[in-house]
Order: sequence, then C-alpha cells, then structure tokens
Amino acid sequence: MSQHLTLPNKNDRIRKVKDQVAKYGVSAGGLMVLAALLMIFFYLLYVVYPIFEDVEVSHESKISVAGQQHNYALGLDEHVEIGYRFTDQPSLEYFSLVEGKLGQTILNKTFDKLDSVSTFAKSSPHQGLFAYGLSNGEAFVVQPKFKISFPNDKRFTEPRITYPLGEETITLDEAGEAIEHLAFSVSEEGAGFLFSTASGVKYQYWVAEENFMTDEIEWQSETVELDGLGSDIQALHISPDLSRAFVVQSKQLNIIDIRDIEEVEVKYQVSVAKADEKVVASTLLSGANSIMLANDQGIMSQWFEINGEKGPELIKAREFVTDNKQINGLFSEFYRKTFFATSQNGRLGVYHTTSEAYLFDEVVTENAVNNFAIAPRSNAALLETDKGFELIRIKNKHPEVTWSGLWQEVWYEGYPEPDYIWQSTSASDDFESKFSLVPISFGTIKAAAYAMLFSIPIGLAAAIYTAYFMPSSVRSVVKPTVEVMEALPTVILGFLAGLWLAPIIEENLPGVVVLMLAVPVFILLTAFAWHSLPAKIKNSLPEGYDCLILIPVILAVGYFSFEFSPVIESAYFGGDMRLYITDSLGIDFDQRNSFVVGIAMGFAVIPTIFSITEDAVFSVPKHLSQGSLALGASQWQTLVRVVLLTASPGIFSAVMMGLGRAVGETMIVLMATGNTPIMDWSIFQGMRTLAANIAVEMPESEVGSSHYRILFLAAFVLFIFTFVFNTVAEFVRQRLREKYSSL
Amino acid sequence: MKSWFKSGSPWIWMTAGAVSISLISVIGLLLLIAWRGLSFFWPSAIHQFDVQQNGQNAVVIGEVYDREYVPTTRLIQAGVDTKGFKGEEIERLLIKTGNREYVDLDFRWILRTDIQTQTKPSGVAVFERSKNGNFYGFVSQIIEDGKTIDNPSNEQLEELIERAVNFNEEALDLQNGPIGSINYRLERIRLEERALELKEKLTPEDSAAFNQERKELKANYLELEKELFNLRKLAERDFVIVKDMRGEQVRIPLSQVLDVTFPNDMSFITKAGRFLIQVSKFITDDPREANTEGGVFPAIFGTVFMVMLMAVIVTPFGVIAAIYLHEYAAKNAVTKVIRIAVINLAGVPSIVYGVFGLGFFVYMLGGSIDELFYPEASPSPTFGTPGVIWSALTLAILTLPVVIVSTEEGLSRIPSSIRQGSLALGATKAETLWRIIIPMASPAIMTGLILAVARAAGEVAPLMLVGVVKMAPTLPLDGNFPFIHLDRKFMHLGFHIYDVGFQSPNVEAARPLVYATAFLLVSVIVALNITAIGIRNHLREKFKSLEH
Repeated sequence: MSQHLTLPNKNDRIRKVKDQVAKYGVSAGGLMVLAALLMIFFYLLYVVYPIFEDVEVSHESKISVAGQQHNYALGLDEHVEIGYRFTDQPSLEYFSLVEGKLGQTILNKTFDKLDSVSTFAKSSPHQGLFAYGLSNGEAFVVQPKFKISFPNDKRFTEPRITYPLGEETITLDEAGEAIEHLAFSVSEEGAGFLFSTASGVKYQYWVAEENFMTDEIEWQSETVELDGLGSDIQALHISPDLSRAFVVQSKQLNIIDIRDIEEVEVKYQVSVAKADEKVVASTLLSGANSIMLANDQGIMSQWFEINGEKGPELIKAREFVTDNKQINGLFSEFYRKTFFATSQNGRLGVYHTTSEAYLFDEVVTENAVNNFAIAPRSNAALLETDKGFELIRIKNKHPEVTWSGLWQEVWYEGYPEPDYIWQSTSASDDFESKFSLVPISFGTIKAAAYAMLFSIPIGLAAAIYTAYFMPSSVRSVVKPTVEVMEALPTVILGFLAGLWLAPIIEENLPGVVVLMLAVPVFILLTAFAWHSLPAKIKNSLPEGYDCLILIPVILAVGYFSFEFSPVIESAYFGGDMRLYITDSLGIDFDQRNSFVVGIAMGFAVIPTIFSITEDAVFSVPKHLSQGSLALGASQWQTLVRVVLLTASPGIFSAVMMGLGRAVGETMIVLMATGNTPIMDWSIFQGMRTLAANIAVEMPESEVGSSHYRILFLAAFVLFIFTFVFNTVAEFVRQRLREKYSSL
Repeated sequence: MKSWFKSGSPWIWMTAGAVSISLISVIGLLLLIAWRGLSFFWPSAIHQFDVQQNGQNAVVIGEVYDREYVPTTRLIQAGVDTKGFKGEEIERLLIKTGNREYVDLDFRWILRTDIQTQTKPSGVAVFERSKNGNFYGFVSQIIEDGKTIDNPSNEQLEELIERAVNFNEEALDLQNGPIGSINYRLERIRLEERALELKEKLTPEDSAAFNQERKELKANYLELEKELFNLRKLAERDFVIVKDMRGEQVRIPLSQVLDVTFPNDMSFITKAGRFLIQVSKFITDDPREANTEGGVFPAIFGTVFMVMLMAVIVTPFGVIAAIYLHEYAAKNAVTKVIRIAVINLAGVPSIVYGVFGLGFFVYMLGGSIDELFYPEASPSPTFGTPGVIWSALTLAILTLPVVIVSTEEGLSRIPSSIRQGSLALGATKAETLWRIIIPMASPAIMTGLILAVARAAGEVAPLMLVGVVKMAPTLPLDGNFPFIHLDRKFMHLGFHIYDVGFQSPNVEAARPLVYATAFLLVSVIVALNITAIGIRNHLREKFKSLEH
C-alpha cells in the first residue's frame, strides 16, 4: 500500500514541478516590491549624480597648420568640425578639426586692402564678431559664420564670412593715429567702439539710418573723448547692450556709462589691486553683468555693479585664489557663468562664478598658451601654443551646481549681499540661474509645521477619546467616518482651501481668531454645566455620547464667532483687519497663507494620525487599565499614566507618519498658497514647498539640464526624508507589537 | 470646581471636543461639496433689478450668484455713498448677467441699497449657448427660414432649437467619426511610408500604392466635407430675436443655442426634471469654452480608463507579493526588509512617483521604445512623451502597497486549519493556494483593488507629470485601429478641478462647475471606499464564524 502511494508517477512529477515553479515565482514577485523601492532610489540617484561629477579635460588632437603667422584670435564651430584663426597677414583662415583632415585649410580669406594691424578685438562670444584695429586709425569688422545644410541626410558645415558694417574699413580716429586698444559691440540699434590711441581713450557710436530716397543703410558716427584716464591701459571692454564700458588699468578699473552718447563719462573708478599686485587679464562674463580680473599673484576676482546707498557701485563679490602666478588670459563661456584661465606654464583653470567652484586646474600642455577659444557648446576648446594648435575636449555639464551652492548663501550678480534664492528660469539665455534649495526646503518645513500644529492636538485627542472612552457602537461609526477623510482626494481639499476657505478667513479674520479661542473655553463651560446637572439627567445619556452634545455647542460657537466678526472688526480694527495687519502691524498678508495651508493640510494629516493612534491606544491590553482602575486611579489618571505611556511608541509612530505625509503633500500646497519661495515664518504669508516646486517646474524643465536634475534632487531629498520617517515609525510599531504580544 | 479639574474630567471633555471637531469637519466638508455641487444643476430663478447707481438708473437681469455682507465702514472708505443707511453691514449681491458679448463684465456686484425694485418676471428665457455663455432676455420673434414669427410659443422655439441641435450633432459626429478616421489614416500612411523609407525598402510600387490610397482618401474627404458644410448650413437657418436687459433687440443664431429654459415659469416638478437633465448633460457632454462650461465626459472617461488599466497591472503583482509575504516568506531579515519596503512605498510622496515615472517610464523606457519601434515618427515622440500607459504604470507602483496590505489581511484571516486540511489530503502548496486560499481571499483582493482604484482616482500630482492634459483632442479609445491608444494623453477629473479652478481665465464663472466636478469625484471615491469597508467587514464576520 505505502509502496503504491510513493510510486513516482508522471502526474506527480508535474505537480511537483508546478509547486516549485509557483514557489520561486511567488518569491520573485515578493522580492519585486523591494526591487521597486530600490529602483526608485537608484534611478533618482542616477539622474542626480551627474551634477556632482568633476570636470574632465582630455586631449583630442594636435593640429599643425601651414604657415606660422602670429594669430590674434581663434574660434570653432558648434559641432567642433572647423576651426578658424585671425592672423596678422591679415587673414581669416578656416581649417579642419576632423580626424584624417586635421589642419587642412578649408577657406583662406586675406584682407589685403588693410593698413598694418595695430590691435585686435573680439565682441562677446555669442555675438561672434571680430575687429582689426589699424595703425591708420581705422577698424575693420568681420564675422565668421557657418552654414549648416543636410545633403543626403548628413550634416555638412560650410564656413562663411560676413561683414556686418560693410566690406570697407571704418574710420575711428579722425587724426589717423594708430589704434592701441579696441573694444566694440554691435547691437540692433547701432555699434559702439571704445578705443585708445597715443592721445587718449575715445568712445564712438555708430547708428544706422535708412535713407528715404535710396533705401540704403547709411552709418553715422559720433565721437566722445574720455578724460581723466592715464596711459597705462591694460584692456577695454564694452557690454553687448551698449550700456557700460570698462577701462582696465593695472591697478584700477574705470566704469563708463555709455547709454546716452550725449552723456558719456567716466562714472567712477575702483581700485582693484593691492600694492604688489597687477591686473594681467580681464574678461566680461556671459551676460556682461560681471567683469572678471586676474592679477599676477594668481588671484581672480569677480566684480559687478549693485545699487548701493549712494547709487550704483562696483563691488568685488568673490575671489578665486590659486598659486598660478603666470595667468595670461581669461575667457568666458557663451551662455554660462563658467570662465577659463590660461597661463604661461600651460596650466588651464576652469571656474564657475555663481557656484564658486574650482572645477579644474591642471597643466594641459607643456608650452605657454598664447591663444584660446571655447566651442559654442562648451564641449571643446582650441588652444594655441608656441608649437601649434591643440584641440581639447571638455566635459563640464553642470558647473552651476555644487552641494554648497545648493545649501549656502550665494552672492548673485546685481544683489547687494549673498542670499538664499530659488529662481530657476527666465526669458534670457545668459540668465544666472539661482538654485538654492534652502527657501523651498524651508517652505516644506514651514507648511508641515503649521499642519502638524493643527493636526496633532485634534488627531491625538480624537483618537484617544475614540479608542478609550467611546462605546463600541459609536466607535464603529466614528472611526470609518474619520477614515473616509483620508480617502478624500487632496486636490479637493486644496481646491476648497484655495477658493473657499482662504476668502472666508480673509473676510472673517477676527471671527476665526475668536473661534479658535472660544471653542476650548465653551467645551469646558459645557463640561462644567453638564457636571453640575442633577445626576438623573446625566444618567439619561449613555456614557460616551458626550461628544454628541458638543457638536451643537461647537456649531453654535462657530456661528456666533462669524456673526460677531464684523462687529469686532469695526470696533477694534477700523473695519478691516487685513488693512490693520498690513498697515498698523507692518506684516504682509497673502490671501493664500500658511494659516490656510495649516488647516487644509492638517485635515489631510488628521486621519493618518487618528487611525494609527487609535489602533495603538485600543490595543493596549485591557487588564492594564482595569488593574489601574481597580487600584483606585481615576479614568484620567489611568489614561495618562498607564494607557498613553504604554501606547506612546505607537503615538510616536503616528506623528512620524503624519509628518511624512505633510512633508510630501503636493496639491494642497500648490493650490492653497501663492507658491512664492520666501523665507519667513509669518502665518499670514505663503511658501513654496519641494513637492509643489517639482509639480510647477518639472513639466517645463529641459531633460538632462541642471534644472531637471536639481528637481530630481528635490524629489530624492523628499524620498529620503519620508523614507527615514516611515522606517523609524515602522520599527517602533513593530517593537510595540512584539511588546504587546508578550503582555 | 477644583476637585472637578483634579478629576481630569475637563480634559476628557476636551478630547471629546476633538472628536466633535473632526466629525463636524468631515461631514461639513462632504455636505458643502454636495450642496454646492448639486445646486449648480438646479434651475435658479432669474431676477430683474431696477438699480440706481450713482444717480443712474439701469435694469439688470440675471441670477443671484453669491451674496455677502460688507461692513459699512469699509464701503465708506472705498468712497461708496451709503447715505440714508444705518447699520453695521450692507448686503451685496453678485449677479450673473450673462450676455457676455454685449456687456463689459458678465458678473456684477450690486449693493442692496441701490436696488429700487426686484421682480421675478415671467417669460425670461435662459439660452445656453455654445459660445459666450448664457444669454438672458425676453423672446420677441423667431425667424424660421426667413419668415418672421411674432410672439412665438415656447414649443415653436424649442422645436427649432432641437432641429438646429440635431444638425449640429450630426455635423459633429461626421467630423469626429469618418473625417477623423480619414485624418488618422492619412497620418498612418505617412508613417508607413517613412518607415519603409528608413529601412530603404521603399519601392516605386509602394509609393504609387500609397499615393493612390491618399488620393482616394482625399476624394472621400472632400465629399464628407461637402456634407459637413451642408449640415452646418442647415443648422444656421433660423434665428431668434431677444430683448435683453438694455432693452435692445438682439439676434441670436439658433445654431449657437444648445437649450432654452424659462426658469421663472417652472413648477417644482419641471425644475426637478430639468435638474436631472442637467446632471446627465454634465456627465455625458464634452467641455466647452476652455473647460469652463459644458460637461466632463472626457475627464470621466480618461479617469476610468486609466484606473482600469492600472488595476490590470497592479492586481497580479500586489496579490503575488502578498502571497509571498504571508505564505512563503521565512521569518528572517529579508522579510522584514520587504515589509519595510512596502510601508515605504506607501509613504513616499506621490510627486516622487511622478518624477520617477517621468524620468524612468516616459523618457527612458518610452524613449527606448520609440527608438526601437517608431523610428518613422521621429523627431515627434510616440511613447517617449507622457501618456495614459505611463500614468497607469506610475499609479500601479503607487497603489501596490494598498493591494498588498489588504490582500495580506485577507490571507491572515483564513484559519490555518483549512491550509493544513488541504495539505493533509495530499495537495501541494501551490494547489492549496490556487484552489483553496486564493478563492477564499478573493473578497479581500477585491477590497484591496477597490481601495487602490479609489486612491488612484483621486491622485493628481504624479499625473501632472506623466500624462494628464487639460484638453485632450481624442479619447484613448476610439474606432481607429488598434482602437486602444496607450500612448495618448488623457483628461482626469482631479486635474480638471485643479485646472479649471486655478488656471482658467474666468474662475468666477467656472466655480460652480468645479464644485460639481468635485462632488462627482468625491461621491465616486467615497462610494468606492464604503464598498471596500463593507466587503471587509462582511469578510471579518464570515471568518469569525469559521473559526468557531
């Protein structure tokens, strides 16, 4: 018989296999939950990680170009296929950067009509203009361009040369003196030239006017001489929008207002070097709000104008200190606030001003760097040494983000002092993004704090009463009712808070304040009245129905508070409490403020706290409380000294869970506040939280950009925040459960 | 008194007060939403006010939309003349006057003190229009096919409106049905051709075939277009002349009129009937005027579709995970870690899921799918952009813990004697699970599913990142092959509330609609939750009897 049973038959084997398959399948399914959580964690990290990556610089190729003339400037196209150089021939030569054709000349244009070259100038990188200053006082503006076409679906870049001010030279110095230094910019309205000759510094403004008769564009110029500048001129700079010009001398910086040609003058001068220092290089940062200076002691400094007490003043916002005393050039990027420092000893430094980051500083070539050009996409650079050209690749995706920049005060361009600011986008390309997570983290904590202030007392008290005093018949109705609240979509709570509650609170502010004070008072009064009633009436109501008496009392208090609100308002606050607050107390008042958020989000959190606390209190073994009561303790004493003490870990975990929920809540904050990232604890002002910030900005952020990754970082911070809260809460709860089971 | 305080009884009353406050707020909130949401559908009376403001007389006709009390002092500060009125407050009425294209503002505040007379004139007609909102006025003439009829009966007017509405509907059906299909087909052809071209397999014969089909479709299209214009022309035949509150005769084309009512002449029963009609219209109509009018059908459809898709994804995973935790997992550290993972999945803010969904599902997964399977559509993304499938997947992770917790609770209520009995009779563990345990736990699974659906239906924040839009031109389900379009964006009730309530240009006009939408959403979610709680309680009772 037993033999028969254990005989392996085919059917049994299949069943056994099925059993095993089910076992492993189900186990895999169970582990998948863990996998999902880990995947979220690591994916967020994976997206965030690149913002903290170091800058990488690698050699691509050495390029030798025929004819070793002196070169004034270099440049590259957007796809790093073609380079160009302005030589002293004077000529503009395009050469290939593509492997296999390295250094081959593609186009060589000689400007043979020009007089001998005395100086050379470049405009801001994104304008891409270059000018020769000639020894007969003339100048010649050239713009290298690239035309991209797609024959046969393959990209083909073709160099072009254009002359924005015409193919003829323009006369800058009427006296015909040689141009020694030159800076210029061409905007839509006109062109400005700042130049120096042996006899001084002059500013010339060219304006284009269309001729009525011939429709031809005619250029007209006006020249102003600038007094009070010595001869020791290091460099000249001009902002692309023709509002400011800078004359850099070895010890001082002169700021010139050029907005109105009638009133061009040296506004003020700033000393920029100590006795033993000398300015050796300078450049305007992208956006032209800051000027960078490097001195012979290896210190680079950023200067920008702020509105000080006595009008505009130029201040030094920060310094980059290095031990490199041989810096010979500063170069800024096209659109970001990164700048490069080249030096005699072949060292290349890469820095970012906003994030105050020393991104890179190493020897990249054995020879002195004479010339340098950064590619438009900032992914490569062309440098010229005594031995020829070198092409280097630069991987520098997110220079504007550093851990300290996210959490510390940063001095932004044009701001009077360092500050925490979140301002991620703007219309202009060269906008200085302000990524400080401090104001939005602060907003998150503020919102959560106000919500907890409202929800902890009510949630805990209600849970304790429901679990400990309420008869089970009432409890079975009350508990699900409060728990239905948890299921309410937060979008509805947010909508009611923003469109219904906020105006009500604004209109009836005194009433709301009275209500909050009056409710506890009236509860106590009712309790005392009830206590004083004859026992006969008291006993007619079963125990645990007390809260039903309180419902009409609270409703009545609420009604009268709102009825008397206008009376109080006209009696004490001149008819308008809101005006009183803003005018007399000097506190800003937003309609959608922290108070509204506190109530609305408190609502969302109450059921979480209520539900877990209620479970914890209810599951305290009955023999503990009964023992206490039997020993003569009152109900309240038993509750406080025995029940709550035993349930305290559960209550703690409830508060943690509630906090976790308040921190991550999105829709309520999004709808019930103005979403302004300010740092102020005021109850009458709004805030912007991490979660709301993500919801507002994520759909607009460009995939892979620093902004996109910082928003992922915000999500990651939220994830870690709630992970800690929930894990601690769950540990405590599991411990509690084990403790009860032993009791 | 002192001993009373010492007894601790006041503090017990305070805790009772907290319960009362919670109950008042929950029930108050639900009543508020229900009242505001439902009163939107009730035909409200149209008042005629003779107003004297700043010495000027005017007639205002409209619904009383809102009322508030303003302290007199505030009005005096604002420079309002309150002579001859004593008292702390003055009532102020917000009147919805409609007729948007003829007045500056279709909402107007009127002080009670400025109102000379207030009447409810009989015969005021409310025209619901497809453009520019409601129109209030007295019907004076109708122009039927060029013939003018003076003082028409209401039935005549209603008949003509019905005629125009029918033609308009026919035109709309034509546009969305056959014409939509042709456009869809044309786009498919373009993509098919491009796909062949990319694979370098496009032969001249293929091209010719494509062009032939295109030609046929275009010819077909022209025919349908003619029909469409014809229908529109038929709908535009009639007009109605209405005297508005300025006393001017205004000509309204009936093709723009959706409905006419005479609320002041309605009995309670007709009003109730009207109420039901309005409710059904709200549920079945498409939104109009940038979502601020009309119905919410696409949002209901989108929500239900997405939630169903999510349920299909989440159920198997959730149930398997619960079975693992309860039936297979050993009592070791791994199990503990998994439990903590479940709790954490439940506690992670929903917006984080949205961020994850956007990065991982949409850009990474969707982007790869596009590269592999839809190169012909590039650079415009197919799956590499937010869509209904990604929303469903994201919410599936979000609701996974709900299903797990609920299923596990159900499993733990099944007495172990049943398992042991099954095993003793020679069944393997898998067979016991499949034949005995899961069928017994199915109500618990159902509960978990319902709770998950309720949670998903109310979630908005992650959807804003992974697929919801304010206005979706097409539903994710239609008559064009392959019928279910998982890559499409969709509308959602919760997002509709946010969008209409906070992003729409005319928040005041849209507010009742937002309340109605909120009521719809809340009632669905509360109903789902109550069902789930009911099933769970029933289940507990059932197993209680099994144990004894």
